[in-house]
Amino acid sequence: MPIKFPFSRRAAPSDAWTKCPSCEAQVFNRQLERNQRICPSCGHHFRMSVGERIDLLLDRGSFEERDAGLESVDRLGFHDDRPYPDRLEASRIKTGLRDALVWGVGTIAGHRVAIGIFDFRFMGGSMGSVVGEKLARCFEAALVERIPAIVISASGGARMQEGTLSLMQLAKTTAPLVRLDDAGIPFIAVLTDPTTGGVLASFASLGDVVLAEPRALIGFAGARVASDTVGEEMPEGFQTSEFLLQHGFVDAVVARPDLRATLARLLRLLPVAPVDEESDADRRGPIAALSGLAERLGGAVSETIGIDTEPDRGGNGAGRTPAPAAERRAP
Amino acid sequence: MADSPTLQEGGQPSEAASAEAWRRLQLARHPQRPRTLDLVSEIFEDFFEMHGDRAFGDDAAIVGGPALLDGHPVMVIGHQKGTDTDSNIRRNFGSPHPEGFRKAQRLMRLADKLGLPLITFLDTAGAFPGPAAEERGQAESIASSIKLMTGLQVPIVVVVLGEGGSGGALAIGVGDTVLALENSVYSVISPEGASSILWRTRDEAPAAAAAMRMTADDQLELGVVDAVIPEPGDGAHTDVPATARAVKAAITAALGALTERGTADLLTSRYARLRGMGAYLETGAPSGRRVEAPSLRRRLGRILRLPGVPRRSRWSEIWPSGNADDESERGA
Repeated sequence: MPIKFPFSRRAAPSDAWTKCPSCEAQVFNRQLERNQRICPSCGHHFRMSVGERIDLLLDRGSFEERDAGLESVDRLGFHDDRPYPDRLEASRIKTGLRDALVWGVGTIAGHRVAIGIFDFRFMGGSMGSVVGEKLARCFEAALVERIPAIVISASGGARMQEGTLSLMQLAKTTAPLVRLDDAGIPFIAVLTDPTTGGVLASFASLGDVVLAEPRALIGFAGARVASDTVGEEMPEGFQTSEFLLQHGFVDAVVARPDLRATLARLLRLLPVAPVDEESDADRRGPIAALSGLAERLGGAVSETIGIDTEPDRGGNGAGRTPAPAAERRAP
Repeated sequence: MADSPTLQEGGQPSEAASAEAWRRLQLARHPQRPRTLDLVSEIFEDFFEMHGDRAFGDDAAIVGGPALLDGHPVMVIGHQKGTDTDSNIRRNFGSPHPEGFRKAQRLMRLADKLGLPLITFLDTAGAFPGPAAEERGQAESIASSIKLMTGLQVPIVVVVLGEGGSGGALAIGVGDTVLALENSVYSVISPEGASSILWRTRDEAPAAAAAMRMTADDQLELGVVDAVIPEPGDGAHTDVPATARAVKAAITAALGALTERGTADLLTSRYARLRGMGAYLETGAPSGRRVEAPSLRRRLGRILRLPGVPRRSRWSEIWPSGNADDESERGA
C-alpha cells in the first residue's frame, strides 16, 4: 500500500517563482498572472487553466457552465503502475476540475457562443469519454441554439486509460461538425500548447477557422513516439504553430493579448447563416430523435443544466439522483 | 456505468493475461496473415484499383477501388501491408501518409456520388508519424476522413482484419456495422507506445496490450465492434479461402440489413452509434468538495479593498493555474 500524506508538497514557498522554459528567466508568479501568463522577457506563452481562459476570452460574468456533473468511469479496469481511478482522483485534487474539459455558453464581445475549453493539467488534457461527450453536447447545443461553436484545445490526445473508447471519441466529436456544416453554423478551433494526437486528428483540425497561439506544440505524433518509430531525429520546430501556418493547416497565429479581439472579429465576419425555410435540414436525419437530445437540450436552453431526464438512457451515463448543477456557476 | 463490472478487477495485468494478449497480438501481426488484397480477390469480382489523391501522390499503404460483390457494384478501401521485406518497404508496412487518406476520401466521395455501398478493411499499426507526414497534414487528413465518413449517404461496413491501429485505422473505420476477425486487435495506441509512455519503457508492451483490452472479443463487449468473425483452425493464415468465405458471409449479411434502410434512418443510426460510444457517469451536480479556498490575503484584500486584489470573484480563482506543468500524463 502506498502511503498517502494528508497534505500536499506544493505548499512550499518556492511556488512564488516560475522558470520560463524558453528563456530560463525566473518569473514572479503574480507578474505572470497579470501578464496573461506570458513571459515578460521572451513572450513565451505559458499554459492556462480553464478558469484563466474563461476570464481571458469571455465577457465578464457571462459564462454558464453546462454538464458539470459528467464523470469518467474506469470501464476497462485499467491499471498501469497506478489504477486509472487513482490518476483521475489525483488530477481532480490537483486542478479542482472533474475532467479535462469544461464547456458552457457565454458571450464574447456580446456574441453568444458555445465554447469548450481544455485544461492540460488534468491528465495532460487527454480526451476520454467525458471530454468527448461534453464536446459533442457543446456542438449539439450550438446546432440547436444556432450559435457559433469554439473549442480551445490543449491536449496530448486520446486518453490511453480508456482504450478504444477514447479512440471512438474522435468520431463522436467529429460527427456533429457535419451537421453544423449543413445548418450553416461556424466552428472556430483555437490550438494552444500542446495540441497533439487524437485531438488534432479530429475536431481540432476541422475548424472553419483554425487559430493557434504562438510557438505552441501542435502535431500528430509525439516527438518521442515519432523518433522511436521512424528512427530519425525530428527536425527542429517541425510541430509548431508557425510550421502549421507555413504548411497551410492554420489560418493565423494569434498572440494571447489579441485572441479575444480576434475571436470577436471572426464572430462578426462569420455569422451564423440565416435559417432557410426551403432547405431540407433533416437530410441527415432529425437530430431531435437522438439519444434523448431533445429533452436534454430543451432543459439546458433554459435553466436546468446537467439534469438527466431519463436516468437509464442508452446505458451510458445514467444513474444518480439528478440535482441542480448550478453550484459551480459562480460569478 | 456506475454498477457494471469492469472487464478486469484490480491490479496490474497478470503474467498470464499479458502473455495471452501478446499471443493474440502476434496472430494479428502474423506475417502470413491474409491482407486486404488477399481477401479482396477472394471476396469480390473485378476489383479495379484506383491510384492517387489528385494532389500529391499515390500511397501504396492504402488500396481501393470499385468491385463487384455477388454482381453488385461496391466501393472497397483498405490498408495494405506487404508480404515480404520489399513489398513492406513499398507499402510502408501498411502505415499511410496523408495522401493515402486523401485517396480514400476521393473514393468515398465517388461512392457517395454513385450510391455504392462502402466496405473498408483495417490493417495498420497506425498512421505514419514521420516529418513528411506532419508536413502534409497527417492529423488533418485523418480528421477530415472521419468527418467525411460520418456523413456519407451510403451504407458502410468496416472489417477489422489484423491491426486496428488508432487514428490511422479509424480514418477509414467509421461505419454502420463494424466487424472484426477473431484474432484482430483494435487499440488507441500501439502497446509499445503505451508502454513507453505509461511505464516509461518499451518492455512492458505485453502488459499494455492486456490493459488496453485490444482483442476482438473485448472490443465486442465495449461496443466498438458489432460482431466477431470466427477464424478457421489456428488463425486466418492457416486457411485463407475459408477466412475469405467467413468474411464475405458476414459482409453480405451486414450489407443486406443496412440496404433496407432509408438514408435518413441510416445516418441517424450512424450518428447515434457514435454518440453512444464511451462510458461515463452523469451526476446532477458537482459534489460538495471545495475546489480551492481563496488565500487569506485575497479574502482580506477583498474586504479591505487592497490594490491588486479583485473584489469580484473570477473563474481563475475557482480554477487557477498550478505552478508546475505536469507533463507526465500524455495522451495518444
